[in-house]
Amino acid sequence: MKNPLKVLSAVAATAALALSLSACGGGSNSPQASSDTITYWASDQGNSLDDTAAKLKPTLDRFTEKTGVKVQLEVISWTDLYNRILTAVTSGDGPDVLNIGNTWAVTLQETGAFEPVEGELLEAVGGKDRFLKTSWSTGGAEGKTPTSVPLYGLAYNMYYNTKLFKEAGIEKAPTTWDEFVADAKKLTKDTNGDGKPDQWGFTAAGASVSANSHQAFVRGLQNGGTLFDKDGKPTFDSDPQVEGVKQFVDLMATQKVMSPSDAELSQGSQKVDNLINGKAAMMFDQSPLKNFAARDFKDWGVAPIPMMTADATGERGTQSHVAGINLSVFKNSDNKANAIKLAAFLTSDEEQIALNKAYSSLPVVTAASSDAAFQTEEVKAKNDALANHSLPMPLIAKEGQMETLTGTAIKNLFAKAATGTVSEDDIRAALKDANNQMAAAQ
Amino acid sequence: MSHSALDSGPAAAGSAAAVSPEPGQPKAETTPPVRKRRRSFLPYGLILPAAILELLIHIGPMLLGIWIAFISLTQLNLTNWLNAPFVGLQNFINGLNPESTIGQAFFSTVGRTLGYTILVVGFSWVLGMAGAVFLSSNFRGRALLRTFFLVPYALPAYVGTIAWAFMFNQRDGAVNQILVDTLHLFGDERPFWLLGENSFGAMVIVNVWQLWPFAFLMLMAALQNVPTDVYEAAAIDGTTLWQQFRRITLPMVRPANGVLLMVMSLWTFNQFNVPFVLFGATSPKEATLISPLIYQNSFGSWNFGLGGAMSVLLLIALFIASAFYIRMVLPKGADND
Repeated sequence: MKNPLKVLSAVAATAALALSLSACGGGSNSPQASSDTITYWASDQGNSLDDTAAKLKPTLDRFTEKTGVKVQLEVISWTDLYNRILTAVTSGDGPDVLNIGNTWAVTLQETGAFEPVEGELLEAVGGKDRFLKTSWSTGGAEGKTPTSVPLYGLAYNMYYNTKLFKEAGIEKAPTTWDEFVADAKKLTKDTNGDGKPDQWGFTAAGASVSANSHQAFVRGLQNGGTLFDKDGKPTFDSDPQVEGVKQFVDLMATQKVMSPSDAELSQGSQKVDNLINGKAAMMFDQSPLKNFAARDFKDWGVAPIPMMTADATGERGTQSHVAGINLSVFKNSDNKANAIKLAAFLTSDEEQIALNKAYSSLPVVTAASSDAAFQTEEVKAKNDALANHSLPMPLIAKEGQMETLTGTAIKNLFAKAATGTVSEDDIRAALKDANNQMAAAQ
Repeated sequence: MSHSALDSGPAAAGSAAAVSPEPGQPKAETTPPVRKRRRSFLPYGLILPAAILELLIHIGPMLLGIWIAFISLTQLNLTNWLNAPFVGLQNFINGLNPESTIGQAFFSTVGRTLGYTILVVGFSWVLGMAGAVFLSSNFRGRALLRTFFLVPYALPAYVGTIAWAFMFNQRDGAVNQILVDTLHLFGDERPFWLLGENSFGAMVIVNVWQLWPFAFLMLMAALQNVPTDVYEAAAIDGTTLWQQFRRITLPMVRPANGVLLMVMSLWTFNQFNVPFVLFGATSPKEATLISPLIYQNSFGSWNFGLGGAMSVLLLIALFIASAFYIRMVLPKGADND
């Protein structure tokens, strides 16, 4: 008579066990093994996953030679990385060391899955004063112990096609927004005589959510706005924010210096193609040099992102968010001592020079920046933007949501501009919608 | 006693195999208790692995999904999701409040998804039926055409949809090449197919293209079962082809039709692949369906509670609709078996 109950309780017990196992995750309770292999998830910084791995290999070989610790490397594409990290965070079963996009740092800090940068880890990377101040500030929320250290630095610059500039008789890259729009108009032309422009002044990936959100951030600040007020309430639809987004969307909607087709571009590399092919003259980008090199394109120039006035400083002088890639040590790592060694090695002066040279990004430690490899005009411009004209994206736990909401709003506005007209009211309404959703989620 | 009913199963099974002709209470007292327990445990033992796996793989996650709808699960408490705060019906209230942005999006999306389902299933059925009737008569090249019609169904859904996304591309897609460059429609203005209002139509076309071969396949199989002499008799009585179709074909394939329409409606209502591949993580406003909306809420804004609440509502709605449909439309099991 007891059998059915017994069966039921056995099933229940099994299910409960399985649930608790999956909840606690592996990794955490195994002893500090003296295994000499650690796993490392790297983000895709090269032209492809293989390219990234090949460029990392010499560095990792040197690390193994020096410490005797082997590194099992996995390069993960940007489309998968965030989901992979969250899965690892949820299950507690992840790599020992990993790269993160630095705008995710606070969100991931809040999950509590990463080793705080203090004590042994802070000592190993040589203290925060070795690092570029702006890059270091992305490690975590203000006033909290960061959970990531900078690894590669990036910043937005304006890249332009010098041949098209010459044809249009433009000698100097624009420095203010008005000059930029005026030049973009000069550069927008009909070259094949069918009455419609086929060369455009400016190009952007209008369907790229993250790139759009970066512009919402920068253009808002340049106009004296912010995405969040002092109390952390979203202010996406404040007047200066609307004005900033309008300037960006108007490039397609009213100034007509951006091809309506750009509303369908979702990959940054597609706009780089436009510039290389001469279909567009200017674009904002973080590091197109590897694409230029791969296509053997030499007719490019670089200039700072235009500002409202040429001499703007402080928040109004923002040209870029502090872009880049950070490095975190997984708290559940079985092999923390060796994981910390790798973090220290990748941020050492020599490896910073080698890696950032290979990926055409910026060193995040000041000592490496002075190396000869980083004295080109392009790197200097990027360095200046990163050091003097950039602010970190809002350091809040819901940063990811903010990017999604503002970026999607702008994506939809570009779609509207491509298929019809966009008024200031449309822009305000779209940003208000995003603002409401942000507020509801907080 | 509640478990006496449960016990009758194994007892009956045990008695069938037992040598003794007299099962029952007095007999049980004379048998050694160990043997009896072993004997009646066997059937449970046999289904135990299946039951455990079913619980783990199917029921567990389902219950978990429903549970998530009642807690506030965001990326901040993902690591420790068992301790996510319980919020009762708050997620449902947020999702259903017609005053809020999220609620408005939810209701308009449900309406749009209904319309979408009717359009896609309707077109697919008409095309599938026409194809099946057409190919049920004998002619040269019939086998070739049959294979040809099934190609969209045989292609991996992603591959087909990616190809459509390329074709609908505004600047250099095949659709605009033909409509604008060759036929000079739209006054040389290249329309956008994946943005704005056209996106809904584009999505319907892709989904019909993908779904109709299934309707075609099922209806063709059903038509094979209609005896030809019925048509011959009808022809002798002087019926038109349309009358034959209405009075013979349709009633004869009715059982197949019932299942077919339900399955296609459920698939289409839950459609996720087509919009996701055509538009990416966020669909245009004019073409947002319910599944992508749930995805956007869950993974775009990391609000799993809200996504869970919408999923539960979707589950309940589809469950009720299916149950109603099965009772009203489908043939009763007893008549058929």
